[in-house]
Amino acid sequence: MSTQTSNELGTNAAPPLIFELGQEGRANRYVEEGKPLEQFLPKVLLRDDLPLPDNSELDVVRHFTKLSQRTFGIDLGFYPLGSCTMKYNPRINDAMAARGEFAQLHPYTPDEFSQGALQVMYELERSLASLFGMAAFSLNPSAGAHAELAALLIAKKYFKDRGEPHRDKVIVPDTAHGTNPASAAMCGFKVISLPSDERGRVSVEEIKKVLGPDTAVCMMTNPNTLGLFEDHIHEIAAAVHDVGGLMYYDGANANAIMGNVRPGDMGFDLMHLNTHKTFTIPHGGGGAGHGPVGVAAHLVEYLPTPVVRAVPSGNTKTSNGRPVAPSDAMTFSLDFDRPKSIGPMRSFWSNFAHAVRALAYMYANGADGLKKVSQLAVLNANYVRVKVADFLETPYPEICRHEFVASAQELKKATGVKALDIAKALLDHGMMAPTMYFPLIVPECLMIEPTETESKETLDHFVEVLRGIVETARKEPETVMAAPVNTVVGRVDETRAARQPDLKWEPVSA
Amino acid sequence: MYTPHTQADIRAMLDAIGVGSLDELLAVPDAVALKAELDVVPALPEYQIARRFDRFAAKNTGVDAISFLGAGAYRHYTPPAIATLAMRGEFLTAYTPYQAEVSQGYLQAIYEWQSYICLLTGMDIANASVYDGATALAEGAIMAINANGRKRLLVSRAIHPNYRAVLKTYCDGLDVEIDEIALAPDGTTDFAALKAAVATKAYAAVALQSPNFFGNIDTLDADALAAVRESGTVPIAVIAEAMALAALATPASWGAEIVVGEAQSFGVALAYGGPYVGFIASTKEHMRRIPGRLVGKSVDNAGRTAYVLTLQAREQHIRRERATSNICTNQAHCALIATIYLALMGKTGLRDVAALNLERSRELATAVSSLKGVDLKFHAPFFNEIVVDVHQPAGAVLAKLQERNILGGVDLGRYYPELSTCILMNATELTSSGEIEALTTALSEVVHVHANV
Repeated sequence: MSTQTSNELGTNAAPPLIFELGQEGRANRYVEEGKPLEQFLPKVLLRDDLPLPDNSELDVVRHFTKLSQRTFGIDLGFYPLGSCTMKYNPRINDAMAARGEFAQLHPYTPDEFSQGALQVMYELERSLASLFGMAAFSLNPSAGAHAELAALLIAKKYFKDRGEPHRDKVIVPDTAHGTNPASAAMCGFKVISLPSDERGRVSVEEIKKVLGPDTAVCMMTNPNTLGLFEDHIHEIAAAVHDVGGLMYYDGANANAIMGNVRPGDMGFDLMHLNTHKTFTIPHGGGGAGHGPVGVAAHLVEYLPTPVVRAVPSGNTKTSNGRPVAPSDAMTFSLDFDRPKSIGPMRSFWSNFAHAVRALAYMYANGADGLKKVSQLAVLNANYVRVKVADFLETPYPEICRHEFVASAQELKKATGVKALDIAKALLDHGMMAPTMYFPLIVPECLMIEPTETESKETLDHFVEVLRGIVETARKEPETVMAAPVNTVVGRVDETRAARQPDLKWEPVSA
Repeated sequence: MYTPHTQADIRAMLDAIGVGSLDELLAVPDAVALKAELDVVPALPEYQIARRFDRFAAKNTGVDAISFLGAGAYRHYTPPAIATLAMRGEFLTAYTPYQAEVSQGYLQAIYEWQSYICLLTGMDIANASVYDGATALAEGAIMAINANGRKRLLVSRAIHPNYRAVLKTYCDGLDVEIDEIALAPDGTTDFAALKAAVATKAYAAVALQSPNFFGNIDTLDADALAAVRESGTVPIAVIAEAMALAALATPASWGAEIVVGEAQSFGVALAYGGPYVGFIASTKEHMRRIPGRLVGKSVDNAGRTAYVLTLQAREQHIRRERATSNICTNQAHCALIATIYLALMGKTGLRDVAALNLERSRELATAVSSLKGVDLKFHAPFFNEIVVDVHQPAGAVLAKLQERNILGGVDLGRYYPELSTCILMNATELTSSGEIEALTTALSEVVHVHANV
């Protein structure tokens, strides 16, 4: 595969571990030489040995450059990983976040010395609140699952304050992300899994059967993980509200709805966003993320601390008399004094560098641009869907939103080739595999999310590659089952990894 | 922006789908249709985005001040090679390495990170990262609760106040109670109180931070460890300044079974609080209770060395409500940065940095405590932070220092009412003698002025 270069003169062998390189004393002189530690502390408080390798900067640069060449990212090719919104990560975002005035700012910097950072957070928060129809957001949580937890803690505290601590049921559709039930469990809620109807949606009748005085929260995403819009969402929300429950919106699929429909207008009381999906923050191999949690007006007091407070500064004109942007006429502070808050979710205020990135992306688009982003994400998904339907089952053959699911069930029956095999074969063609075997209700599921940043040519190429794999499967299934063969390693022995866990390098004892 | 579609593309694609327009494609029931005018920041061309951020940047004047701020976020030297490597697009734009065959490089880097954390802490296993130090403490506490089933935690009051606050947020969800151990007069944990508390056998875990929030080395002695073990309580070590691991006896050596901490000091930008990188390490007894991703070394179908995410049966995407945690996205890229930092510094460089932190903070301590009306509050062995008592409201003194463009430290009255005349000050390898002199000059004026009021 073109994106995976060999790293050692034509071999694909894994590079040695960093611990297997270097010589003690081969130090890089980044700081002055330090005095012996015994000069500062009694020996009994000091460690005996520090068994870390000393490597030259060149060797370290080569090592990690080689590791990067054995890693696939969006920058190398198409990444249709459903529910993960792997769109292009614009470089202006990183350039802004890397500026010293942001990167070197200490979290305990007094408010009057960090007005620019607070303004970034304020502008992002206000924009998100409007875009998603919430009264307010807190930028405190670190990622989507973390924000889900924050939202459920808000719900728990809200019900406690209302004298309804008996509300202990959280309703989660069977198509939900795994984090939803896991977050509910971390708040002591009992999870009720709701089966989807034949249209792949939550049915109003079914949900009414499980609603009652013990209902705390109904967690939904819309569009759901099948990529389908829950067209009865307002009736579901009304039914949940009728029994005194709260509606929670999982924002993992927010890339489908910007400028089109808002969780607030759909009846949701709580929501989170994965700004590292929707707002182009790079995933960086699994994080860091950024998970703003948003609430309707009756829950604002419960948001995690701190939140940014803004008061008019009186400076509404520039020095030459021109009016300034509204936020330029504000003075900001971090507000920790919120008695009803659930408290902080993390050590410091926010994954601030990501707030910079998300705001830069907002500025690149504005409201109209974000609307177009969602429209074209939906266009791309439907375009791929109708093409893929030529040669794979699409269990829900109707207009989807930003993603859709295909199934290899029929292919597996006919040939033995599974969704996993198709996924692995795609890797051989320089593309990431779709999300597999999720949602759980679709057998041999491939969940495909192209995102709006991919061109028609890329989508056409993907479809043709996928078609070729399916055709090969029908003729010579063993070829597909052997994939991948062009990657630096073949399929990895996961059973051995789990049965004989080798989770770290250990020094060889002399 | 960043959409490549031409009008002709859009038309052709709509035709292929069989709909007339984008509006038709995204039709929603009228009951939920968007009717509000959206109030989002305006669209700007890229060069003007940079200008807009120039304006924000200029208002972050704190980066130009002389700073003694620490308290869980530390200013250390970061070699430029870190950014060059970590910002490579292959690393930056990868997702969680679910597809091992095209993620070998990142998986190996995470395996190296897990190895570094084990070597630094002396523990058996470490995970691929959690959000930060505070959430690491919360997740570590949950491990202990799952180990022995007790729903009560004992934590030292010398643990970072923000970590304790986050622990409380999590515990409110889990209906777990927290009791705090008082401070001893020397600014460490009161071990007599600790021993009495654990003897009740009510606690899942006892957590201590070392160096603690005040900078003091604060580890279980043999006597206290025996009492903790005897009571079936899980000892948790909290590390907020990971650089100290390069110098101090490992948490494993003083008996910790679970080590939780923050590795921001290893090359991760201060960035006004994040993203940072939390870690959890433990003895192998706790392996199947550890939250988050783990990377293991295995082989591929041709017998070649290969790395892969492993022991996933603990995780939310498999186990749903029975998972060890809800964590999904972690801090992989910050862990990568820390791994590169550790590789560049090596044993020699890390020892040097640790020694310089010890030296400069002692220089700071000597300088400020020589001033009239200024004393060190505690006299325990410390790493790179000190508590300075100015014998008048610390907030007012810090405000006066700010007027001289000095960020003198954290007002401890914010978290400890009884320490409202005290400032937490930090010095690292980047703190110069000139900066210490500027501080002492300013402090002598400020304290003197106040003393005469």
